[in-house]
Amino acid sequence: MSAAGPRENDNPPEEATVRSSAASSFEAVKVTDQVYWVGAIDWGVRDFHGYATDRGSTYNAYLILADKITLIDTVKAPFAGELLSRIASVVDPAKVDYVISNHAEMDHSGALREVLEALNPEKVFASAMGVKALEEHFHLDGHVTGVADGETLSLGSAGLTFVEARMLHWPDSMMTYLAEERLLFSNDAFGMHLASSERFDDELQQWLLEEEAARYFANILLPFSPLIAKLLEKVAGLGIDIDMIATSHGPIWRKGGDRIASLYATWASGERGDTAVVVFDTMWQSTAKMARAIGEGLTAGGARVKLMPLRAAHRSDVAVELLDAGALLVGSPTLNNNMFPTVADVLTYVKGLRPRGLIGAAFGSYGWGGQAVGQIEDILRDMKVDLAADGLKTKYVPDAAALRECRDLGVKIAGKLKGMVKV
Amino acid sequence: MTKYQCLACTYVYDPAKGDPENGVPPGTPFEEVPDDWVCPECGVPKNMFEALE
Repeated sequence: MSAAGPRENDNPPEEATVRSSAASSFEAVKVTDQVYWVGAIDWGVRDFHGYATDRGSTYNAYLILADKITLIDTVKAPFAGELLSRIASVVDPAKVDYVISNHAEMDHSGALREVLEALNPEKVFASAMGVKALEEHFHLDGHVTGVADGETLSLGSAGLTFVEARMLHWPDSMMTYLAEERLLFSNDAFGMHLASSERFDDELQQWLLEEEAARYFANILLPFSPLIAKLLEKVAGLGIDIDMIATSHGPIWRKGGDRIASLYATWASGERGDTAVVVFDTMWQSTAKMARAIGEGLTAGGARVKLMPLRAAHRSDVAVELLDAGALLVGSPTLNNNMFPTVADVLTYVKGLRPRGLIGAAFGSYGWGGQAVGQIEDILRDMKVDLAADGLKTKYVPDAAALRECRDLGVKIAGKLKGMVKV
Repeated sequence: MTKYQCLACTYVYDPAKGDPENGVPPGTPFEEVPDDWVCPECGVPKNMFEALE
């Protein structure tokens, strides 16, 4: 990851829609007898509003072939052609009766206008908050019907139940359950940014699924952890049988639904381990020297350590570590009376993710003003990070005594971590 | 009177101010806010609020 950041998309999709004879054809993928995946694979996306997606993503949409043919969600706007082509491989798009919008964010709703023109469905459904959000995105003039939490919709030969999931991760978010196939269309919940030709979890390696699912949780859902436990309870309380979870990003959980739900419960619990994350940037290697000495101290004190120099690590990498790290240490030089810009970037990002229960400290080298350490401590306090040691400042290049202090800081934090971690 | 904060979006309900746009007059303690009231910012229900010390 370069300091300039990834370009948004190195492999944009073709512009042509399904009506153009120049368009290539895309096939739907069968999920069950009456459900098909008709989404799009985005092999080139590398930046998802600030979250580095090194493995691309998918925008999952599904077609239900009940008496009322129903489309669940659409895709990001440039992929409308792929979506319409996959629908057309199964059914005449003009025969689609209903469109369900589980979430108004534009990676799922982006193609809505084009889809509504091509399909001309009888009705479009969204949650009450979704109706407002879609209006404020697309100004469709009242063509969306709101559904309430727990409301059912008959598709003739099948039925849908809507389950609101407000603030997981937007106010409009909801999930849709298809009882006849025991299939939960969970939208962003349980999803991950992973482009693959494989559509099902059991076709992919476990370590890859867990890595990307954790990355997704850390970067998108972490602030809403208290709501996750309540959502899992709510779904359990519905007494519905869930065989598969069809997410809006990444593979469908055909076999591993229980496993991902269990991982979500663990991640949402905010339980912390004995890893200390040391995030820093440096102008002339002095703050870096401090960081390495702190790292040695942490290791000597028995903690696990991850040093994350910010010319190498991305903000979304730091977020992943904060899923279960116990300590966050932040180091910055002072540039023109402020913390270094890359540090400000990461602190803004992780502050928004609201990780709970961390201990931490600030450090940095400086020439004269030295305001960075105090500024970092202010932000850590806002984040409710327990400052387990005083901030450490060194003028210009740290000598042996200064590096000794850094090492001692590491040892001190490691000691506190041991006290916190359940055996 | 105790202020309450939304766990989902950090909006703070201040009883002194109430939420008059949504039918909760100023001076209403959180306990007396109707059960079907939702966070005016993000829409989550009352059970997602916690007391601010």
